[in-house]
Amino acid sequence: MANYSTNEFKAGLKVMLDGDPCTIVENEFVKPGKGQAFNRVRLRNLKTGRIWERTFKSGESLVGADVVEVDMEFLYHDGEHWHFMKTDGSFEQVEADASVVGDTSQWLKEQEVYTVTLWDDLPIAVEPPNFIELDVTETDPGIRGDTATGGTKPATLSTGAVVKVPLFIDIGDKLRVDTRSGEYVSRAK
Amino acid sequence: MIAERPPANSSATDDWRPSAEIDRLRQRAGHLAAVRQFFQSRGILEVDTPVLGACTVTEPAIDSLRLHQREAWLQTSPEYHLKRLLAAGMPDMVRIGPVFRADEQGRLHNPEFTMIEWYRRDWTLAALMAETAALVDALLGPGPYQHIRYRTLFAAAFDLDPAQAPLSQLQQAAGSLLAAPADPTSLTRRELTDLLFSQACAQWAAAHPGERLFIEAFPADQAALARLDTDPDGVAVALRFELLVDGLEIANGYDELRDAAEMAARMSRDRALREAAGKAVPASDQRLLAAMQAGLPPCVGVALGFDRLLMLALGASRISEVLPFAQDRA
Repeated sequence: MANYSTNEFKAGLKVMLDGDPCTIVENEFVKPGKGQAFNRVRLRNLKTGRIWERTFKSGESLVGADVVEVDMEFLYHDGEHWHFMKTDGSFEQVEADASVVGDTSQWLKEQEVYTVTLWDDLPIAVEPPNFIELDVTETDPGIRGDTATGGTKPATLSTGAVVKVPLFIDIGDKLRVDTRSGEYVSRAK
Repeated sequence: MIAERPPANSSATDDWRPSAEIDRLRQRAGHLAAVRQFFQSRGILEVDTPVLGACTVTEPAIDSLRLHQREAWLQTSPEYHLKRLLAAGMPDMVRIGPVFRADEQGRLHNPEFTMIEWYRRDWTLAALMAETAALVDALLGPGPYQHIRYRTLFAAAFDLDPAQAPLSQLQQAAGSLLAAPADPTSLTRRELTDLLFSQACAQWAAAHPGERLFIEAFPADQAALARLDTDPDGVAVALRFELLVDGLEIANGYDELRDAAEMAARMSRDRALREAAGKAVPASDQRLLAAMQAGLPPCVGVALGFDRLLMLALGASRISEVLPFAQDRA
């Protein structure tokens, strides 16, 4: 991979730092008028999602990271690994373990398309779509017609996720959920 | 106010547009006129100095842009030319115009910017600081000023004396910063000091919102073109100040070094540092040295970044917001 100098750092650039692939979030040039120039850089570790702050002497460089984000369809879970397939017609598959899938496991529905981050062709992160439609598998019986009181109750969805839903929701209803906040949006038609 | 088109983001089709909003440029013109009025009312002559010079500074951490076709440099400040004018008998004067610094680009930096630099003969550094504050007040309105010594500011942040602390302690302090360098031991003493000083300034600014700070008595190895003195503790210090407003470095002033031999020695030291760092090594400016041999009158001088002062006056968060065309659109 190519080397990138501090003056090429910009948001979105993928680089290696301490052995982990990172994406640059912010790059601030810092220099006292007569003094040494530095770049204060915020990076997101793509494996852990953590934000790192690091200072580099201007002109220093980092090795680029071979990181791509690809759309992949979730196929199945074999008990240990989650299997995904590229949607570009290549039918290429990858498998990811719990350390990679993390909290996204509660949103994994077969045949749904996810954003999988590949580093040197191996998955390091799986992101769900912002909105997803899932069936309710478990909840207290719905209170018919109660659309106004604003009360909520927990409901378990087909993927295992538990969300707060309005009282009128029943088992078997299909719901639209925001995966970023884990919040119920509406009943899907 | 007539609604103007806002500056577009830097998409390929729209990057012919100015970096700053048209209304900001109107305000820029007004403030620039106020600056000229300030100097005129004080009887300070405005002079022009070359943008392109045969020589340039040898400062270790200021890189000049060089012409391809012949040995000529875009000037990083008008200082050398102004001093030659002083030596030739010019009275107090100011130069307002563009200066250039290679590779300085960021939220607060543009490789080309407008510097206001002026000199006062037979003045004290204290009087020049007061006049610098008056100019800042003219653009920003009056504000509270504080004075602090470089050493005191540094010690307040890190409990270290920048001149005396062992290298390992400076490395340790740098390593504990939130945005620590990857390897503090790879930095020289001077680089570590610069990094920690930036942090100390930021901490002070955060703790004293709205206050303006003159930092005085710089370490002797950061004298640049300032005279040296001995402080009450017997430590050699540079008669140099910087002004920070809202944590932003606005101005840098000196009680000017007049000793040509000392100047030549500092240039040699700077050139050796640049050589060791693998940087371009400009020749020492013999015309400046000759002028100093002929006799530079006792004087103080200060350089102030107009664009940054304008940022503060207009509440801009990026220098590009006050420039007609920042580097990425120039």
